[in-house]
Amino acid sequence: MPNNDQNNGDEEIHTFAVLVENKFGVLAKVASLFSARGYNIDSLCVGVTQDPSVSRITLVTSGDINILEQIRKQLSKLIDTIKVLELDDKETAERELVLIKVSAPKDKRSEVLQIVEIFRARTIDISNDALIIEVTGDEGKIGAMLELLRPYGIKEIARTGKVGLSRGAKTLKGLKN
Amino acid sequence: MELSGSQIVIEELKANGVEIAFGIPGGAIMPFYDEIMKSEFPHILTRHEQGATHMADGYARVSGKVAAVITTSGPGATNTITGLCNAQMDSSPIVAITGQVATPTIGTDAFQEADTYGCSIPVTKHNWLVKDVRELQGVVREAVRVATTGRPGPVVIDFPKDVQVAMTEYNPLEKTETALSAEPVFRIPEPDTKAIERLLEELERSEKPVIIAGAGIIKGGAAAELAEFARSAEIPVINTLLGMGGFPGSDPLFLGMPGMHGTAYANMALCECDLLINLGGRFDDRVTGKVAEFAPGATIVHVDIDAAELGKRVETDIPILADVRDVLALLNTQARKKDRQAWLGKVEAWKRDYPLQYDWDGSIKPQYVIEQIQEVSEGEGTYISGVGQHQMWAAQYLRFNEPNSWVSSGGLGTMGFGLPASIGAKVGRPDREVWLIDGDGSFSMSLVELATAATYNIPVKIAILNNNYLGMVRQWQELFFEKRYSHVHFPKSPDFAKIAEGYGVRGFDVKDVDQVRSTLEQAAEIDGPVVMNFHVNQEENVWPMVPSGAGNHEMQLGPQSTEKLT
Repeated sequence: MPNNDQNNGDEEIHTFAVLVENKFGVLAKVASLFSARGYNIDSLCVGVTQDPSVSRITLVTSGDINILEQIRKQLSKLIDTIKVLELDDKETAERELVLIKVSAPKDKRSEVLQIVEIFRARTIDISNDALIIEVTGDEGKIGAMLELLRPYGIKEIARTGKVGLSRGAKTLKGLKN
Repeated sequence: MELSGSQIVIEELKANGVEIAFGIPGGAIMPFYDEIMKSEFPHILTRHEQGATHMADGYARVSGKVAAVITTSGPGATNTITGLCNAQMDSSPIVAITGQVATPTIGTDAFQEADTYGCSIPVTKHNWLVKDVRELQGVVREAVRVATTGRPGPVVIDFPKDVQVAMTEYNPLEKTETALSAEPVFRIPEPDTKAIERLLEELERSEKPVIIAGAGIIKGGAAAELAEFARSAEIPVINTLLGMGGFPGSDPLFLGMPGMHGTAYANMALCECDLLINLGGRFDDRVTGKVAEFAPGATIVHVDIDAAELGKRVETDIPILADVRDVLALLNTQARKKDRQAWLGKVEAWKRDYPLQYDWDGSIKPQYVIEQIQEVSEGEGTYISGVGQHQMWAAQYLRFNEPNSWVSSGGLGTMGFGLPASIGAKVGRPDREVWLIDGDGSFSMSLVELATAATYNIPVKIAILNNNYLGMVRQWQELFFEKRYSHVHFPKSPDFAKIAEGYGVRGFDVKDVDQVRSTLEQAAEIDGPVVMNFHVNQEENVWPMVPSGAGNHEMQLGPQSTEKLT
């Protein structure tokens, strides 16, 4: 039940795809909507679409069902928003690219390279005691790879944040929902 | 023809129905002010930018029109933030045009530079920083449209100095493109017929229905439709603080205000109703009290033009996203009458048994002053309040019979709102007498605008209910902090009558209860602003009261009362 008096139940993670005007300040408005309500953004990815006047924001956030509903409505309410869609895991092709700097001295290097191969990741930099690995995939793949690399010593990680498209012919276009 | 950015803004303001501006010039807005003078655009010079925003707010609330606020960059712009936030919370349209340093110097910490765009994002419905003069025509048009369409709200156009003087080709008839994203914002949703059918079914089933009518009734111009619906279906009506005037206060079906300082009978009706129809209100926390105990037995219907309000605080059985006037028009053609004499009789008995009341002890009671204002003005005035105890007494004891006759800062609760809002309200509806009911604390926060009232001879009648306290905070300290009066006392309250005289405004100092009526009568006759400093009972409290966080059934009726409503 949506009220401020009690805990509203389970936290869920949701991914929103938002089409917005490609203008300065729009991202600040999206971010302000979150900070004003004390909601956290887990990841955020912005880029221009096939229409240069339109940008696509992929945003991962978490909260109970009422918070997520409020986020969807507030995103829709922004004047610069063209369309908001909640991406359903099952119907979405989603990817994230991660760069991982992992410790790999000579005696461990071949083990690490084996993991890279198994995950169809790439080694993009190599030095005496470390590798930079580029891996692309969905949450499951990236999580599994990080788990396997952790024992070797992860020195640094850079993540792009998740992007996603609905599977099939369905596209995110037209008017605000 | 070729025009400057400043000229284009003036032309477009005029063309889009903006008839007046409130503001103060300064360095970064001087080219625009030069054009205001040349074009003779109506403008009221205020003494503080916050005052200008409250004036535009008050103007909009009584007239339904939108005014411009004009300020310089930096402090001029940041001084508008409170007023913009106030307007945002209470859904009042304002078009604020703020000067900005020239585009090449933006971001260099230039003199009087502030990130107005960034600062105003959370307190506006939308905002623009115009870096290219060719965009101006479209921006001004869209700004007025955004401010006044759907759920109204304030907008800011940040206007750099070089853009003010830049020249471009201007054709007043040119069609400017509306942004793809803005188009749906301007489309008002049609009421969902299935939801209306469900509402009608619930209505037919209901034995104990109640309406809460919010500010949406007033902003949506639906007061006549509401009166028709409530009277023909015989449903009691509760008005929220900002909804006052949306339903005639003199109607037997009227139950006053709900919530924290609402009437006992309104809260009793909320606790017992089986169907609650919220028309254009937003279930504010001051209305609901503890949500889990709000209208516990009721099917809840909520009509709002803003999707984000539906289900935000209270679980709603029938949400209807629509213009409340369209919904009422449908209901008026379809709703059938049903005999609910038992319920109406019960409500009538509550009204008789638990009326608003206060004691007499020879001192000036603030409630008495308000009743006398009501009588002297014959209920025909526009009534404004500041924020605090006096605001609650005004909402309780005044009787509003027309929409747009009551202006108060509800959502933000901005002390200092009263005087500038009164000035704006008088400018917006010059045919109506304007009465400001203010507190000494609230009035002190913006009394500088007495100079504005004096300069333009704007005849606002100001009644200060002076208790030498920040009264509402003192009341909470008395009740919830064991009378530890931490920093709420003003032992040296200024002589407000003398201050008024200093501004060239007539002032009265009233210490004797016998002088209340005659002073108000005198004030009504004076052709100009008047300040009346009423020394009221210092420890008077606002009753009834629902303690913060409690359910509405836990209302306390008075100081001695331990009676709980169940």
